[in-house]
Amino acid sequence: MAKVVAVTGNEACANALRQVNPDVCGIYPITPQTDMMQRFASFIADGKVDTEPILVESEHSSMSACIGASAAGGRVVTATSSQGLALMWEMLHIASGDRLPIIMPLVNRALSAPLNIHGDHSDGMGARDTGWIQLWSENAQEAYDNTIQAFRIGEHMDIRLPVMICLDGFIISHSIERMEYLEDDEVKNFVGEFKNMYPLLDLDKPKSYGPLILTDLYHEYKRAQHEVMLKVKDVVLGVAKDFEKLSGRKYGLFESYRLEDADIALVIVNSAAGTSKDVIDEFRSKGIKAGLLKPRLFRPFPYDEVAEALKNTKAVCVMDRADSFGGYGPLFMEISSALYQLKERPLMINKIYGLGGRDYLPSHAELVLNELNEIAQNGKIRTIKEYIGVRE
Amino acid sequence: MKQKGWKDLVPGSVILEGGSAAKFKTGSWRAFRPVWKEEHCIQWVKVKDGKRGEFDYDYCKGCGICALECPGKKGIKAIVMVEEGK
Ligand code: SF4
Repeated sequence: MAKVVAVTGNEACANALRQVNPDVCGIYPITPQTDMMQRFASFIADGKVDTEPILVESEHSSMSACIGASAAGGRVVTATSSQGLALMWEMLHIASGDRLPIIMPLVNRALSAPLNIHGDHSDGMGARDTGWIQLWSENAQEAYDNTIQAFRIGEHMDIRLPVMICLDGFIISHSIERMEYLEDDEVKNFVGEFKNMYPLLDLDKPKSYGPLILTDLYHEYKRAQHEVMLKVKDVVLGVAKDFEKLSGRKYGLFESYRLEDADIALVIVNSAAGTSKDVIDEFRSKGIKAGLLKPRLFRPFPYDEVAEALKNTKAVCVMDRADSFGGYGPLFMEISSALYQLKERPLMINKIYGLGGRDYLPSHAELVLNELNEIAQNGKIRTIKEYIGVRE
Repeated sequence: MKQKGWKDLVPGSVILEGGSAAKFKTGSWRAFRPVWKEEHCIQWVKVKDGKRGEFDYDYCKGCGICALECPGKKGIKAIVMVEEGK
């Protein structure tokens, strides 16, 4: 039986981790994630989990400790934000290259400079090429559900990859929402016993992690790493199906909202998708066929499925809460790549919004949808990339 | 030996056996080769049967530590480094 609660996103993720009861957790504080690991540390102190906490002196050490513990043969978790993820950088590649299924909620926050603690996606989008699976979450419920599903995805014997679960800093991590918890037993059964792949602590079978591999084989290893990523989509869908049976909540590679017959569409991840959906409803009630696509699995990116979902639209705006200075927003680049393969494709624009936690308002969505409506009618794009909600 | 393709690899580049470094011959790294001069040798480090060990040129990287440490007889070294190809 599901338990209805009013909790923050951080509390929801901490509880998901408690219900899974991992073997090892690397812990280092960083706003806005701190409160998640603090809550999890309380569960350890109160004997609610058997997890071995490793209190480290930096996020680089945290991820290093997680890599060691995971290679040793444990089920391993940690969490971070922003500069913390940036400091983990080199270790992120090692976790994925060594194929270690470490599970890590990432409470999205802007990167310095200037120093800012609020929510945007610069951290997670910047980790695009680290070889981690990325699941993005609109609200506390999705962050909780994605955290639980992440264990089944990353630890799948055909996958064995680390998974990052992204949720918006403060907007989701610190706001209290209504959501449903699964029972502890249900989560325990759903994730199942942790299975080892090549545990270092199996001393009868000595092995080495992280050897030097130069021009003779490195290229082959990276090719193999791409291949395993291609298998992730099916596993994500399979796990989502099982999760739906358990929870009644449906997940896919992305969410399509009123997209079937849409002429204009927004593509937007995480919390701002919620605000946008309300505005889409208003446009629909005015007779304008608007829809929304909210990516969930960002790495590996489901290019074909996204193209299929957007192929009948006339104009699409991709909304990025992260920037690539001198380039288009990271999400725009992916959606463009997906749609370019179509013979006939919608016109596309890119809006950068909400950097450093700047509020994203319904009026912003309205402006964008009105512009899309015009583009759909006259076929003309004014500017491809623009900032919204920015003072002149 | 047939080189491995990307489908033949162990996930995560993990090496699943101990002592596999023996399969990797490092002798080709060598630029200087240690050469033994019997007349100056005092058999200082005895490895087997009261005698010094032989160089294993399959693995000797030519680091020169043996030549540096060799005390030799009356200050004349029993191991000298000779440039490869000379
Ligand atoms: S000490 Fe160095 S030079 Fe001497 S035999 Fe060993 S590897 Fe070769």
